[in-house]
Amino acid sequence: MATKIEAEPPELTRRESGDIRRIVLTGGWLLRASRALERKADEIVSQGRGARAVVIDMSAIANLDTAGALALNRARNELIRAGVAASFEDARPEHQMLIKETAIEILPPPRAKPTNLFVDLLADLGLSVVGALREYYRGTGFLGEFVAAIGHILLRPRLFRGTSLVYQIEMFGFRSIPIIVLINLAVGAIVAQQGIFQLARFGATTYAVDLIGILVLRELGVLLTSIMIAGRSGSAITAEIGSMKMREEIDALRVMGLSPIEVLVVPRVLALMVALPLLTFIADMAALFGGLLVSWGYGDISPTTFLVLLKDAIGVNTFLVGLIKAPFMALIIGLISTQDGLATLGSAESLGRQVTAAVVKSIFMVIILDGLFAMFFAAIHY
Amino acid sequence: MSDHANAARQPATNSIKEIVISVRGLVVQFGEHRVMDGLDLDVFRGEVLGFVGGSGQGKSVLMRAILGLLRKRAGVIRLFGQDRDALPPRQLRALEQRWGVLFQNGALFSSLTVRQNIQMPMRENRNISQRFMDDLAMLKLDLVGLPPDSADKLPAELSGGMVKRAALARALALDPELLFLDEPTSGLDPIGAAEFDELIGTLQKTLGLTVFMVTHDLDSLYSICDRVAALAGGKVIGAGSMQDMLASDEPWLRAYFHGTRGSRLIGSLGRRMGGREPA
Repeated sequence: MATKIEAEPPELTRRESGDIRRIVLTGGWLLRASRALERKADEIVSQGRGARAVVIDMSAIANLDTAGALALNRARNELIRAGVAASFEDARPEHQMLIKETAIEILPPPRAKPTNLFVDLLADLGLSVVGALREYYRGTGFLGEFVAAIGHILLRPRLFRGTSLVYQIEMFGFRSIPIIVLINLAVGAIVAQQGIFQLARFGATTYAVDLIGILVLRELGVLLTSIMIAGRSGSAITAEIGSMKMREEIDALRVMGLSPIEVLVVPRVLALMVALPLLTFIADMAALFGGLLVSWGYGDISPTTFLVLLKDAIGVNTFLVGLIKAPFMALIIGLISTQDGLATLGSAESLGRQVTAAVVKSIFMVIILDGLFAMFFAAIHY
Repeated sequence: MSDHANAARQPATNSIKEIVISVRGLVVQFGEHRVMDGLDLDVFRGEVLGFVGGSGQGKSVLMRAILGLLRKRAGVIRLFGQDRDALPPRQLRALEQRWGVLFQNGALFSSLTVRQNIQMPMRENRNISQRFMDDLAMLKLDLVGLPPDSADKLPAELSGGMVKRAALARALALDPELLFLDEPTSGLDPIGAAEFDELIGTLQKTLGLTVFMVTHDLDSLYSICDRVAALAGGKVIGAGSMQDMLASDEPWLRAYFHGTRGSRLIGSLGRRMGGREPA
């Protein structure tokens, strides 16, 4: 049956017999013929036009599929619309059946009416503003639900999912240590190098240590860690909860009388709130160590001198400013990721969108929050 | 129904049945677990082969192995007389356009509308105008019994049964010669399932379609399958007409076809047929 692949192209010949014009079809009227199929179907129409009656003779057709039958039906309908009495003749039983199956009136799909571009733009803008406000409203509501769930768990400690919490701390905290150490070491080293390089012009090389200490402990350590966790763990949370939502696992929890907030959200958010301060501490140490190495190798500041200078430059408050921020960063990352995961709809596309949105929103909110904290600490001179 | 199918098939087959799928000595293994253990199976042109087997016996595994989605340990799979392992990529691609697959859960592309899903294989493999593709998509929708307004819906907006139908429409997009159906009637209501069976019967007659159907639906097995093959222990333990299956003494086959549900169905069918026992 190799012939079936290499089917001959569709062909037609025209014969006049009295008033009736016969169009004899040969070859394979198959979708495989692609454009040729459409062209030949159009040719039937052009050949048949002007005659009083047209008979489409199908006896010599080699193969026919639904696409071919549809094309023939379309051609016939067009002839009939043009006032020609067109009919099929001598079709084999199976071809007759195909012709019958495909003789449906296909209504053109309703096209969207063209609209004013300017109005569309305004409407889009309005929609996105309303969407952002709604999101803020929902986010606040979600925070409330989270707090209520915590309260519920405090009243009934039996509901607390210790195993899940420990597992999540391992996933978000312990397994992030290598990458957190690596990027903070690099950033500490870069800040030290730039500090020494720029300050050397004023002969103030040793002030690079102050720069490293304050910048890393107050801002960079916690900020880089939060951004890294938003990208690494936040996206994982959204994807996990989102695919659970897609497969109706969230609904399954609900109908068992379990609250998805208590089962899924609380352990993850709490785990982040425990893990992020710990990671921030590790990040601070790694960055300071990176600064120490570069100061030693590039700025000729011995480790002993570095530590003495560092002790003068920073106080406990410098260290705490960074650390205090960490749980809040974790809270915001956790809430955004879990909420976006729960908002996933049925499709894979929606899941992708939610994950992207969660990461972008988390990072944006982390930076906004950091700015708010900076203003707050400046106001209280801490 | 099978008589009709036979008549329609006669001119094409030259009295010797052409083998469309031939599986010989297939071995598929996951780790230590041997799912297919030297399986042999033939599917002839123009027939509807119902493939049955207990849950977890590997019916879908066999289908995936034939489609080339799974690596096999040993054995030869010939499709349309060609060994798929020996084919160069170009010919393999041409071969793959000769079949349509309906996956168990539809596997519609969730980011595309139903219309775009159906047009996807046409767009990629055929050079036809958008207008004709639109008409073809509407035709396929009509063939599988979906309303025209479902064309612009996303898969997520469809019910389970509608997803199945849309997926069948996509499987039929290129008018394949060979159709793989993985549990096509599961998730359909009895009316929908019966229509689905009828639809497959019609398509099989008109297009000379060969259908490989994994199913548990005894109604489908009775109404449209020309032959039934049963899988157990990694081998085909029986293949033949429904009557052969019913007459078989194989314990699993007896349990399957003469269990509570099977017997009830046979009883009602017997009454309906009025004792007209096909040879």
